[in-house]
Amino acid sequence: MNNVNAAITEFLIESDEHVCQIEQDLSCLESAHDQRLLFRIIRATHSIKSSCAFLGYFRLESLTDTGERLLHVVRDRESSLTPKMTQALLAMVDAIRHMLECIEQEGMDGENEYVELKQQLEVLQCERGADVDLLSDVSIVTSLPCSPVDAETVQEYPPNTSVMCEPVRANPELDEAVVEFLKESHESLSQVERDLVASESHSSQEKLACIFRGIHTIKGTCSFLGYAKLEGLTHAGEALLSCIRNGDVPLTVERVSALLSLVDAVRTMLDSIAEYRHDGIHDYLELHSTLVALQTSESDMPMSPELSGEDVSSALPSPGLPPLSTGTVSSTTSNQGSADSRSQDLVECGVRQQAPYRVGDARQLGAAESSIRVDVTVLDTLMRMVGELVLTRNQIVQCPGMQQDSKFMATAQRLSLITAELQSGLMKTRMQPIGNMWNTFPRVVRDLALACGKDIRLEMEGQETELDKMLLEAIQGPLTHLVRNAVDHGIERPDVREANGKPRQGRIVLRAYHEGGQAHVEIRDDGRGITTQRVVEAAIACGVVTEAEVSRMQERDILQLVFLPGLSTAAEVTNLSGRGVGMDVVKTNIEHIGGSIEISCRAHEGTTVKVSVPLTLTISPALMVTVGEERFAISQTHLQECVRIDAELYAQVTEVVQDALLYRYRGHVIPLLHLNNVLQIHPVVSESTGGSLCSDITHIVVLQAGCFRFGLIVETVQDIEEIVIKPLGMPLQGLDVYAGVTIMGDGHVALVLDVMGLARRTNFVLGQDSFLPVMNPAQEEGTASSGTSQMCVIAQVGEDDCVAIPVHRVTRITDVQKQVLHVVDGNHVMRYHGQIVLIVWLSSLLGSYNESPSDEPDVLQVVLMDHDGQYVGVVVDRIIDIVDVQIDAHATSNRPGMLGSTVIQGKVSALLDVDCVLKTCLQQPVGSLTLECLET
Amino acid sequence: MPAVRQFCTFTIDTLLLGVNVRVVQAVLRDQRMTYVPLASPVIRGLMNVRGHVVTTLDLRRRLGMKPALFGSSPMHVVIRTDHEPVSLLVDELGDVIDVADNACESLPSSLDSEARALLSGAYTCGDRMLLVLDLGKVMAVSHENHAQYQTVLL
Repeated sequence: MNNVNAAITEFLIESDEHVCQIEQDLSCLESAHDQRLLFRIIRATHSIKSSCAFLGYFRLESLTDTGERLLHVVRDRESSLTPKMTQALLAMVDAIRHMLECIEQEGMDGENEYVELKQQLEVLQCERGADVDLLSDVSIVTSLPCSPVDAETVQEYPPNTSVMCEPVRANPELDEAVVEFLKESHESLSQVERDLVASESHSSQEKLACIFRGIHTIKGTCSFLGYAKLEGLTHAGEALLSCIRNGDVPLTVERVSALLSLVDAVRTMLDSIAEYRHDGIHDYLELHSTLVALQTSESDMPMSPELSGEDVSSALPSPGLPPLSTGTVSSTTSNQGSADSRSQDLVECGVRQQAPYRVGDARQLGAAESSIRVDVTVLDTLMRMVGELVLTRNQIVQCPGMQQDSKFMATAQRLSLITAELQSGLMKTRMQPIGNMWNTFPRVVRDLALACGKDIRLEMEGQETELDKMLLEAIQGPLTHLVRNAVDHGIERPDVREANGKPRQGRIVLRAYHEGGQAHVEIRDDGRGITTQRVVEAAIACGVVTEAEVSRMQERDILQLVFLPGLSTAAEVTNLSGRGVGMDVVKTNIEHIGGSIEISCRAHEGTTVKVSVPLTLTISPALMVTVGEERFAISQTHLQECVRIDAELYAQVTEVVQDALLYRYRGHVIPLLHLNNVLQIHPVVSESTGGSLCSDITHIVVLQAGCFRFGLIVETVQDIEEIVIKPLGMPLQGLDVYAGVTIMGDGHVALVLDVMGLARRTNFVLGQDSFLPVMNPAQEEGTASSGTSQMCVIAQVGEDDCVAIPVHRVTRITDVQKQVLHVVDGNHVMRYHGQIVLIVWLSSLLGSYNESPSDEPDVLQVVLMDHDGQYVGVVVDRIIDIVDVQIDAHATSNRPGMLGSTVIQGKVSALLDVDCVLKTCLQQPVGSLTLECLET
Repeated sequence: MPAVRQFCTFTIDTLLLGVNVRVVQAVLRDQRMTYVPLASPVIRGLMNVRGHVVTTLDLRRRLGMKPALFGSSPMHVVIRTDHEPVSLLVDELGDVIDVADNACESLPSSLDSEARALLSGAYTCGDRMLLVLDLGKVMAVSHENHAQYQTVLL
C-alpha cells in the first residue's frame, strides 16, 4: 500500500508542477503566440492524462483528454489560441486543480464530471476545425493577430492529420520541445529498465503500471513530435505490456529480455534524434515482430514459467475484476473517435479498482508543497556564505580581551552552535540516497549473469544511506566495476556451486552505511573467493614482489596486491575482465576522491570489497606547511609521513647522485625536493645543509603521487586543517604546481599544492632509475621532466620485446580463435563487423623474431586498429598492461615502424608508429611484408 | 540621441583607463594578499573578498610600465567574471563617467604596442582620452616564461 501512496504522491507533485506550467504558458500565449509554449502545454496535459489513466482517475483523464485534443487541433493548424479557448483551457486547469485536491484529500478525483466544460472544449475544437477550410480567412478569424498563419504551412499540415510521416520539421522552435522530450524519455527509460528487472524476480501490478506509463508517455510524445518509427516500436511494446498486465500472458524471461531490448532500441533512437533530429534508419523489424509474437501465449516455451498469470493477477489489489481490454489505454492518443466508448469502460472498472487507494490522511502539507527544486549554484552560494560565517565566528571567538566577558562568551558559543547546525543543514541539501545510483545495478547483474550463464540474486541494504551527489557520481564507475567483477569472477557457475554444496543461485549483497564520519559501501558475494596463492604467483611473475617479501606478508597484505597495476589472476582474459587493469583504476579513482578500498575474502565462501569515502567532497583534510612567510596546504590523501631530522642525520640519510638529491627512506631511496627551490621563494638553498634557513632541523614531508613517492623539504609543518578547495582563478591557470586555493580559518588565502605537479618537477629522467634500487616498478611514469604523456597498451612481442601502442588508435583488443582466420592470397584475414580484416603478426613486421604463425597457440591476441576506416588486426604475443606513458619528444628510434623508446615498468618499450605500420600493411601484399617495406 | 555608456575610470601613470561600470563588483583599499610563487610578476597575489578568492593583477606591470613608487597605496578594482572575480591594481580611482557611443575614436598611435594590445577602444572625454580595457585580454596572463617546465637545478 505504501508503494501506491508513493506513486500517487509523486503523481500529485508532478501534476501540480504541470498545472502551474500550463497556467503560466497559457497566459504567455495570450500575449504572444509561441509554438514551443503550445508544445509544452500539450506535453504537460498529456503527462497528467496518461498518469491518471494508470492510477484510475478516469474523470480527470477524460477531461484532460478533451483539452489535449483541442490543443492538438490548434497545434496542427499552427494558429494561435482564441481568447475563448484560453478561457476554456484555464477553466480546465482550475478543474484539474480541484480534482487533484480531491485526490489528495479523499483519494478520488471527485464527483463532478465537468460535462459542460468538456462540451465547451469540444465545441471549440469543431468551431476552429470549420474555420480552417477558409484558409484565406484564418488570420482574420483569429482574434489574436500576433501570428498570422501562413496559408502554405497550413496546407502542408492539414488539421487533424498527425505529422507522423514527417520527421522533425526544420523548425528551430521545436528544439526545446525535442530536448525536453529526450531528457524526459531517458529518465523514464531508466525507470522502466529498473522496474523490468525488479519485476522479473518479484512482479507487482504497481511496477507494471509504472513500466506501462513510462513507455506510454514516450509513445504519446513521439507521436506528436512525429517520430513514427519510434512510435511504432513503443506501441508494440506497450501492447505487449498491456497483455502482461491483464494477465493474458505471463512475464517470462524472454518477455523481459524483449522489453529490455526495446529499451535499448529506444535509447539508440533517442540518441539518433539528439544527433540527427531523426529517429534513425533502423526499423527494428525483428524486435517489433518479437514483441508482437510474445503477445500471445503460444509463443511461450513451457520451460520457463517463472511467473505465471496467476502470480500477476494475485498481485492485483482486488482480484476478480474484469480484465482491461487489450490496448485500451494506448488508444487514447490517436484514435479519438473510438477512444470515448473505451474510456467509458475504463472509467467503470478503474473506479472500482482504485477505490481502496487513499492518500495518507495524516499528511499535513500538500505533496506539491513539501518539495522544491533548487539550482545547485544557489546552494553553492549559500555554502560559501556559511563558510564566511564560520570565519567570522572564529574571528569573534578569538577576539582578544573578550574571553573574560562571560556573557559575550555564551553568546559566541551559541553563535558557534547555530553556525554548525546551519552548515550541516546545508550539507544535507546536497545529499542523495545511494539507492538512486544503485538502480542501474539490477540490470547490470542480470545481463551479465545471463551472458555468463550464471544465476545471481542481487540484494541491496541501506539504500537510504545518503552521500554528496558529486561523490555518488564519482563512485558509480568504480562500484559498477566491482559489481561486474563479482558477477564475472566471484560467483561460480551453477553446476560448480552445486558440486561445492552451495545453492545454485549466487548472491551478491550491496550494503551501504555511515560510520565514523565516512560512508561505507560493501560489495559481498558468496562466490569462490580469491586464492591468495594465485595472487602471490602472479605478483612474483610480474616482479612486483619477491618470494622473500611474500613470506613476510600477511594474508591481508597479499590481498592488497590485487590492486597493483597489471596483476590479474584470471586464467583466461575475456572481453569483460581479466586484463588486470581494472582494480588499480578502481583504487586510483576511489583514492582520488579521498576514499579508501579494502578487500577481504574467505576461500570458497566469498569476497567482500569495502569502499569507504568521505561524506562530502567539499571539505577535505589538508596538512599546512610553511616556507618563509608563505603557507601551503597539501591534501592529506597524498600524505604518507612527516619526518623531522637534525643536521647530523640529514647528512647520513641523503646523498646527491648525478644532480639528484636522494633520501634513504625505510629501505627505499626516494628523490627529495626543496619546496623553497621548487617555488623559488628565497634564494636557492644548498642541498647539503638541509631545509630551513636558520635552524639545523629539517622537516621532510613524504608524499605519494600515484605510485611515485618523493620527499618534500619544508620549513615548518603545522596542523592538519579541514579546508574547502576552490579552483585557481583564471589568470593563474597553467601553473601546474597548484591544485587550487583555499580560505583559511583566519580569513586569508592559502595555496593548495598539487602533489602530481610537484612530482613532475623532481629532476628524474627516464632510465636513471638504476640509482633507485628498490623502487616500485611503476615509478618511472611520474618522473619524466618533459614531454607529453599518453595512455598506451603495452604488448609483448617475441621473447622480451615490448611495444607501446597509443590507446586512442586501438579500436578493440580481442581474442581470436585460430580457426576463424582465413587465408586469402597468402594473407590472413578474419571477419569483423561485416568487414574483412587483414591480420598481421607484429613480430614478423618488426623482424624481431621469425616464428611462423603455425607454432603459435590456438588463441591469438589481436589488437584491432583502424586506418582511414579500414581495420587491421595486429597479433601480439601478450597484452601486458595499459599505462600512462611519458613520451619524450626528443627520443627517436632508428628501428623502422617505431617512433621512439621509453622505459615502462622497468622494461624498454618501443612506441609503435601506428600510421606507418598500418599504411605499409594496407599498401603491400602481406605475404611480402618485411622489414624493408617498413623502411621505405 | 546616441546611446550612452558608463565607464568606471581609473588612472595608471598618466593614462586614463576605464571598464564598463557593470562589471565592477567592488572597489577596495589595500588588502592583505597571499603571494603566488612561480606566477608571472603581473600576479600580485590572492585575497579573500567575502568568501571569494580574488586574483590580483598589477595593471602597471600588465601594461608594461615600471612598478609604482614605494609608499603609494594602490586601489583594487574587483571585476566580475564568469568564474571567480579578478582584481586590477590601479594607481588612483576616477569617477564613473558617461560617454556617448558616437564619441568612439581610434587608439592613439603614441601608445606602445604592449598596451595597445590590451585596449578595445578610446573615447574623448573632455580634454582627456579615455582608454577602454579589453578585460579578456588583460586577464589572459601567460606564465610560460616563469613556471612551465622549469627544472629545479640542485
